[in-house]
Amino acid sequence: MNDFTFLYRGRDTSASPEQMQQTMQKWRSWFKELGEKGHLKDIGHPLENAGKVVKGKQKAVTDGPFAEAKDVVGGFTLIQARDLEQAVEISKGCPILELGGSVEVRPIQVLNM
Amino acid sequence: MVAVLTRLFGVHNLALAEDVVQDAFCRALEVWAFRGVPENPSAWLMAAAKNRALDVLRRERTARTYEPELSRFLGSEWTLAPEIEEMFTDKAIKDDQLRVMFSCCHPRLPEEAQVMLILHILCGFGVDEVASAFVTTYTAVEKRIPRAKKILAGSKKLFDTRAPADFAARLPAVQRALYLLFNEGYHGASAEFAVRAELCQEAIRLARLLLEHPRGATPATYALTALMYLGAARLPGRVDAAGDLNSLADQDRSKWDRKLISEGLNYLDLAASGPSITEYHIEAAISSVHAIATRLEDTDWDEIVSLYDMLMTIHPSPIVALNRAIAIAQRDGPERGLEEIDSIADADRLQSYPFYAAALGELELRRGQYDSASAHFLTAIGLARNEMERRFLKQRLSACERAG
Repeated sequence: MNDFTFLYRGRDTSASPEQMQQTMQKWRSWFKELGEKGHLKDIGHPLENAGKVVKGKQKAVTDGPFAEAKDVVGGFTLIQARDLEQAVEISKGCPILELGGSVEVRPIQVLNM
Repeated sequence: MVAVLTRLFGVHNLALAEDVVQDAFCRALEVWAFRGVPENPSAWLMAAAKNRALDVLRRERTARTYEPELSRFLGSEWTLAPEIEEMFTDKAIKDDQLRVMFSCCHPRLPEEAQVMLILHILCGFGVDEVASAFVTTYTAVEKRIPRAKKILAGSKKLFDTRAPADFAARLPAVQRALYLLFNEGYHGASAEFAVRAELCQEAIRLARLLLEHPRGATPATYALTALMYLGAARLPGRVDAAGDLNSLADQDRSKWDRKLISEGLNYLDLAASGPSITEYHIEAAISSVHAIATRLEDTDWDEIVSLYDMLMTIHPSPIVALNRAIAIAQRDGPERGLEEIDSIADADRLQSYPFYAAALGELELRRGQYDSASAHFLTAIGLARNEMERRFLKQRLSACERAG
């Protein structure tokens, strides 16, 4: 088993409370399913769209991330899968895809010293 | 509400669950004092408890360990709120109540403590209310409940009602506890009609909850529920508003609740399947014979005596034998009844039971032996366990004096 990070982009944060609730229930069932199949290492968290960006040697702080809403990372999860191919298969069940968002599947890099 | 929260936080965090409910009630009192009671107070309270639970879970995410299978989903914002939402749905609440009910019937707890715990956690009775239901002191209950909770908390996990073998093994204890809960209302010592009625209602509510579970809906559970309905139907005749007991012969049968009787008979029909006959079946059947007789004279005493014969075979006890003797007296006259009482095998175990002496008194009274009857009633009065029994027996004593 290898570890992967799923980065979710394009969460719709302007939905009505009812829609939100529906979407959240979908996320929940998806996570339940992943948990039962043993793919869930850490559910991670959803993230607010706005925050601060700290940059460079000057440690300059700006409001951010200021990307297009669809490009902002809206949350993350740690996944266990056999290989990248399986991880990609798993990501296809993510409810964010139904709403036009995306999942970025990134293998955890193993650093050897 | 405590049941759901106990599932949420884990049974070892029972105190936390109770605190959250307590908080929700306090908030309700504050807010309602200003804005008035909302349209749906129980929904409001549920919502308040839900929010409070979310707060606690967020704040103490790392400080406590929760129910192991849940902690992963409660630990992430992806799933925390939906998870809690799910737990507060009607179905989930019922599941959790069932799990708490089974957990309370822990084999290490004495039966009475199981019943007290069910009343306290599932029925929301405060310590003082439990004390008044069992006619014991506040301090006694205050000592027993925490001790029982400690044993419960030691089990770390709520009882899992999905495991068929465990379910079947614990089920008789649960039925027994509900039976005792009902009896506490029906035969118990509380002089307040309201307390008795509430205990009976709670027992019925929990029995029906058990019936909703596919493995809980056994013939024995149906029989138990039938027994409760048939008993509850007759409660208004048995105890009057002043808390005075009426003997079966003196009851105003028009006060019996016809609707409850027909529902009880319905449950009794549903109980009539499967190979085994339990004491609940027979007790319910006896109760049904009484319930369908519109007058005392119409009672089918033959049927009742033969039911008591059956009860003596599967569940013999001196009290059953005594009741059987009383039924025989109704059928064949007081002399035969007295003979039967004389031949009760372990009658010495009845010596401290006030209704043993009272039965002797009643039969002596009926055959005109007023002095002997009075003497028995005096013995019974000396043994009475509470004021209500004492009042009832004194009234019988004065009946002897009037007759003699």
